[in-house]
Amino acid sequence: MTTESTTAAVPVSAATSRMRVVAYAVLLLAVCALPFLVSNYRTFQFTLVLVYAIALLGLNILTGYNGQISLGHGAFYAIGAYVAAVLMDKFGVPYYLTVPAAGVVCLAVGFLFGLPALRLEGLYLALATFGLGVSMPQVLKDKHLEHWTGGVQGIVIIKPDPPFGLPLNQDQWLYYFTLAVLLIMFLLGWNLLRGRIGRSLVAIRDQPVAAEAMGVNNALYKSLAFGVSAMYTGVAGALGAIAVQFVAPDSFTIFLSITFLIGIVIGGLASISGAIYGALFIQFVPNIADQISKAAPWAIYGVFMIGFMYVMPVGVAGAIRIVWARIRHRTKGGDNSQKS
Amino acid sequence: MDAFLNQVFAGLATGGIYASVALALVMIYQATHHVNFAQGEMAMFSTYIAWAMINAGMPYWPAFFLTVAIAFILGVLVERIIVRPVERAPVLSVVVVFIGLLVIFNSLAGWIYTYTIKVFPSPFPAEPVHLGAHLFSSHQIGAVGVTLVVLALLYLFFRYTPLGLAMRAAAQNPDSSRLVGIRVGWMLALGWGLAGAIGAVAGMMVAPVVYLDPNMMSGILLYAFAAALVGGVDSPGGAVFGGFLVGVLENVLGTYVIGNELKLAFALLLIVGVLVVRPSGFFGKVHVSRV
Repeated sequence: MTTESTTAAVPVSAATSRMRVVAYAVLLLAVCALPFLVSNYRTFQFTLVLVYAIALLGLNILTGYNGQISLGHGAFYAIGAYVAAVLMDKFGVPYYLTVPAAGVVCLAVGFLFGLPALRLEGLYLALATFGLGVSMPQVLKDKHLEHWTGGVQGIVIIKPDPPFGLPLNQDQWLYYFTLAVLLIMFLLGWNLLRGRIGRSLVAIRDQPVAAEAMGVNNALYKSLAFGVSAMYTGVAGALGAIAVQFVAPDSFTIFLSITFLIGIVIGGLASISGAIYGALFIQFVPNIADQISKAAPWAIYGVFMIGFMYVMPVGVAGAIRIVWARIRHRTKGGDNSQKS
Repeated sequence: MDAFLNQVFAGLATGGIYASVALALVMIYQATHHVNFAQGEMAMFSTYIAWAMINAGMPYWPAFFLTVAIAFILGVLVERIIVRPVERAPVLSVVVVFIGLLVIFNSLAGWIYTYTIKVFPSPFPAEPVHLGAHLFSSHQIGAVGVTLVVLALLYLFFRYTPLGLAMRAAAQNPDSSRLVGIRVGWMLALGWGLAGAIGAVAGMMVAPVVYLDPNMMSGILLYAFAAALVGGVDSPGGAVFGGFLVGVLENVLGTYVIGNELKLAFALLLIVGVLVVRPSGFFGKVHVSRV
């Protein structure tokens, strides 16, 4: 499997790096202009894309880079969402503070869940996290927590107004707020994954024994990966709760966790940009498929999951990388320094 | 005391269902070291097929046996067509394919039969049965009976028939089995078929209790995982024991200690606890890997 961390280490020529900067600048401009070009409802949908992208990056850190399968990340998303909702609803905490709070709580919970998970490999971890995903909605409905969580009814929260009298409506402001968080999280993730820690995570995934022999502290890195991954997903959960203005146990079933898994499989395992493609997929494909039948999105999800595993295990991001490398190879002749 | 006994017996009845699903999981695990996450949804889908046949006017028992046969064929087909290509793939790919299957069966059931909850008939009389001084629901007794019959049949099949022996051999030592002329690939497919059939029986026994809807098996699958792990994931007898144990524990703890909402969390705790403290369960083999 090709990973971004291996290709990122290859030096890129000055011309291509300049082209890349221009491309990113254009992309950023387009993303910033988006809320003024589409309706409020579409803006809200794109906000959710950004939210999912953060969650998918989190899951990808754990599953794609570190090779620990999680079928229960919806649970961390739920915890993040509930932390934000309870803080806003019961304590009147401003929304922008609930996001880091959700991140911290999920970091701790994820790290703690990662400790017993250390002893579980592959399949067993998938089983344990599946259990986490299935039981989460039930736990949220529990009578003893009802005072905080609102039980089956959930919590309704109020959409924040734009600050400083900015000439934006609520949807547009929330979009920019989420975009800012996404940029910070992706920058952090990129820094984390392309460096020493990222290489250690990949080494643990591919050759745990060799990694240990090279001086990588497997136990520490694996539980840390769990914590950081949960933190990303928790931040996404908080942002998602603010965007949707509502949390209830039944929005966080095992199918949410499966949706995240689909996102990283489609987007591309062990790829940062893959999180974006995956997020676009899980936000918009169900919308389109919903018109056929209520069950159609999931049928399509299932077929895509199996199909991608058979024919395109590198996901969309991997496919783009391969096509891109081929085009460069053809135009530049022998220059194939960036092999895929 | 009476109420307690009733709870224990109700636990045994659901435990039989968990035992069946756990047994189906263990059968596939033994042969391929895969955990079939779609086991529950396959059972649910088979139950819908039975419902459709009964609804079309077929008597219960012919529909029951026809469904078991269809579930068997379905299991074989799934192994041959979908699981086979990823047999030697990394764990992550296998898990993703199984989750894909889960999702497909779930949505197919919703697509064909809609998401409205349906009543599934019980073959057993509605009036309760007197056993000594106690009253028991006859469906519960019937479900336990059916489970025990299935288990006995399976035991006889694996213990006393040449095909059963061949299947055990293929699971234990595929290479040597191939050398003595056993078609290992087909034995795996048969194992999947049997697992599918057992699942279908479990589905039809539990549907009158929990009602039929596309998500009816997700909780049951979790208990079955817990049961399989408690008993030892490579021990069929252990899976059955684990199933009954988890059923009783779930019911008794749910009623007297933790409340209904936390029952699923109890299953999760059991799974994590067993995996961390004693990954081989009560009856499983202890694995030592060379590094």
